[in-house]
This record gives sequence, structure tokens and C-alpha cells, in this order.
Amino acid sequence: MPDAATTTSSRLIYFSSASGNTARFVEKLGAEAARIPLYARDPELTAQEPFVLLLPTYGGEEGKHSIPPQVLRFLKQEQNRKNLRGVIGAGNTNFGTAYCLAARKISAKCDVPLLYRFELMGTPDDVHNVSQGLEEFWKHLSRSRP
Amino acid sequence: MTEGVKLHGHVEAINWNRIQDEKDVEVWNRLVNNFWIPEKIPLSNDVQSWNTLTQEEQTLTMRVFTGLTLLDTLQGTVGAVSLIPDSITQHEEAVYTNIAFMESVHAKSYSSIFSTLCSSKEIDEAFRWSLENENLQKKAQIVESYYHGDDPLKKKVASTLLESFLFYSGFYLPMYWSSRAKLTNTADLIRLIIRDEAVHGYYIGYKYQKGLEKLSEERRAELKEYTFELMYELYENEVQYTHDLYDGVGLSEDVKKFLHYNANKALMNLGYEAMFPSSVTDVNPSILSALSPNADENHDFFSGSGSSYVIGKAVNTEDEDWDF
Repeated sequence: MPDAATTTSSRLIYFSSASGNTARFVEKLGAEAARIPLYARDPELTAQEPFVLLLPTYGGEEGKHSIPPQVLRFLKQEQNRKNLRGVIGAGNTNFGTAYCLAARKISAKCDVPLLYRFELMGTPDDVHNVSQGLEEFWKHLSRSRP
Repeated sequence: MTEGVKLHGHVEAINWNRIQDEKDVEVWNRLVNNFWIPEKIPLSNDVQSWNTLTQEEQTLTMRVFTGLTLLDTLQGTVGAVSLIPDSITQHEEAVYTNIAFMESVHAKSYSSIFSTLCSSKEIDEAFRWSLENENLQKKAQIVESYYHGDDPLKKKVASTLLESFLFYSGFYLPMYWSSRAKLTNTADLIRLIIRDEAVHGYYIGYKYQKGLEKLSEERRAELKEYTFELMYELYENEVQYTHDLYDGVGLSEDVKKFLHYNANKALMNLGYEAMFPSSVTDVNPSILSALSPNADENHDFFSGSGSSYVIGKAVNTEDEDWDF
């Protein structure tokens, strides 16, 4: 089991399905980031450092099954939950109350802030806001922790 | 109308236990779970509210809905069906049949609204308007011409732009009424349509991008250019259409922001960058919040002062999403 895991020190960990919208956003950020594996046969990913989680919500189904199973598998590892510092959500306002629901659920369940939300693969403004925001956020955390 | 549609030369039984593209199953499940019919929505509760609208507002609303009916009719009977022969997997074909059927449900649901709120004479007049309005007819014709074309990827572009852009000059109005606590049941119904269209646009846009992967750099560049040209052509027409409808009530400029915002999303569904800058996509917050009740909350960490942050609101975390 332990040798089946991949470790990462990335401060940004994201999930993106085969459609790759979220992956494209991360590409635009240009920051070093680790992707949560798509398939169950892939080795699990373990975070060794504090990180921010970025994930999409595909919406619908009255709020059920909004969190991708791959992300649930990732969060089942206690070490990953312990290192989680914040969540960023991608989504579509067309999904109404389910807009970025997965990110909101994880934020509530794991007691970490919801840092930002954007739609689909993000506009240039979103890229700018997240880039700047993450920088500020890590500064803020290092100040508030000895 | 659909004589060009042919399934595979030989008939092969669809096997849902052998999946080539997981997205097909995911989207199929999503669409099936989102299924709804207009009869479940208590539209008659809007009768009183309807009677508070002025004659001009009522006429506008009916014209908007006949315009939307026309697009859903086109997408249900021609658009989604025309994508079937180009499918890469049989499961993709099945998803298009679901999309086509749901578009017909959408088209029918406007008739439910009409029969609840208006007289037959008014309904007939609104349908006549939709036949005679030049800009409405033009947008349907532009898209339809691509559906009858022979380029599978161009059809997907036209289809995605219809699903994710062309509906929104119309969707604006029920969101506007809803933000003023009018026709709220009608708005509930429209929100279901809006949700469906998002899944349709996402899926067709995804299949378009899968198709692009196999092409040469030149072909990809050509399709990108084509997409933006078509977007401009449709956009110009859409602006005219918006003026035809909304000048009388003074909402045209507000509607145009909504158009820009959705044009960007349509392009993103196709994998392209947003075209309109944020200075012209600042949709009225009341419209955004009619669309998604918490979308305009501007208190997340990155948008706020940075001195404090908000933990996710109480959402139901007790469902099967969680078992640790």
C-alpha cells in the first residue's frame, strides 16, 4: 500500500476530469501543481506540505455526488486532510444552487476557507485573482503561524 | 428534414459494459438524473403575477418565449439529431438522443407557460411574430445551415454556440422577472432548462475538443478562426435581436452584458479563451443571483480584504459524498 502512493510537495493540488477545463486553468496560472489521479488503478497522491485544493463541480443531481470520487479517495487520507488549507472551486452558474458545490462542501466539512470561485476554465481576470490571491494567502498563513 | 441522418452501415447492439469514453456515461447519468417535465411545476401560481405586468411587458415575455421555443425546436429536431452520425462511440449517439428529446421537452414547456398565462389569440400572435422577426429567423437559419453541412466539427461548434450563447437573450427576461419576485414559478422552470443547456454545451464542446486532438495544426487553426467568425456573426445578429425585443422596456444594455458573459462561457465550452473583457461582462448582480443564488457573494478570501475569511456556508454534508 505505501509504495503505491505518490507524494507531492506542491502547494496547489487539483482535480480535472477528461474534459480538462480545470487543468487548462492551472496551466494558465503557470504555478507548480499536482493533479489528483483520474483512475483507480493510478497510485494515490499524498500531500507532504500544506496545500490548496482546486476542484470543479459538474453540477446537478440535487447536490448529491457533487464531489468527484477521485477527490473523495484523496481526502480519505488523513494526511491530505491535515495539510489542506483552503479550497478553490470551478463551476458554472447555470447549475444554480449547485454552483461550485463540491468546493463549498469540502470547505465546510474540512473547516477550511473557500478562497475563490470561477467558471469553466476561467477568464484572464480569474487567473490574475487566483495567482495574486494564492501568493497573499500563503504570506498571510506564514505570518499567523509561528 | 432529417433524411441525411444515417446510423452505422451495420447494426451493432450498444454495450454499456464496454465504455470507450467515461464522459459518455457520466453525462448520460447526469442528464437522466436531471430529467424533468413542465407538468411538475406549478405554473398556475404565476397567473396573478402575470396580471400585474403591463401589456407591453406581457407581449415582450411572450415574444421571448416563442423565440426560445424556436431554438429548442431547431435543436431538438435538427441540431442534436444531426450530431448522431458523427459520433465516435455508440454511447455518444445515445447521449445525443437524450439531448434531442430534452430539447423537445423544453420546446413543449413554453407552450405550458403560454396555455397557463395567455389566451389562444395572444399565443397565435406571438408565434406569428417569431415567424416574421427577421433577426430571430436569421439566427435560426445561420445555425441550421451548419447543421446541414458536412463538417462534423463545425456542426459541433454551431451546436455549442446555440446551447451556450443564443438562448441567453431570451433567458435574461425570466431571470429579470424572478429578481423582481415576478413569474417565479416560470423562472423555476427556465432554470431547469438553463441547467440542461449547460450540460449539453459542456458535452458537445468536449466532443469538439476530442475531435480537434486528431487534427493537424492548420486544420485546428482554421476551425478556431471559423468559430470566432461564426461567433461574431451570431453576436451582431443577437445585438439587433436584443434591441428589437428590449428597447421598449429600456433593458437592452443590461441584456447585452449578459450576452457577453455567456458568449465567453460558450467559447470556453469549446476550449477557447474568453473574448469579451470583464468591463463588458459585469452582469447585473440581481440577474446573476436569480441564476445562481450565491454566485454574486463577493466575500471569498481572494476578493475580500484578506483580514478574515469565510468558512463554507452550512451545506448538507451528510449525504453519501462522505464516508470518512
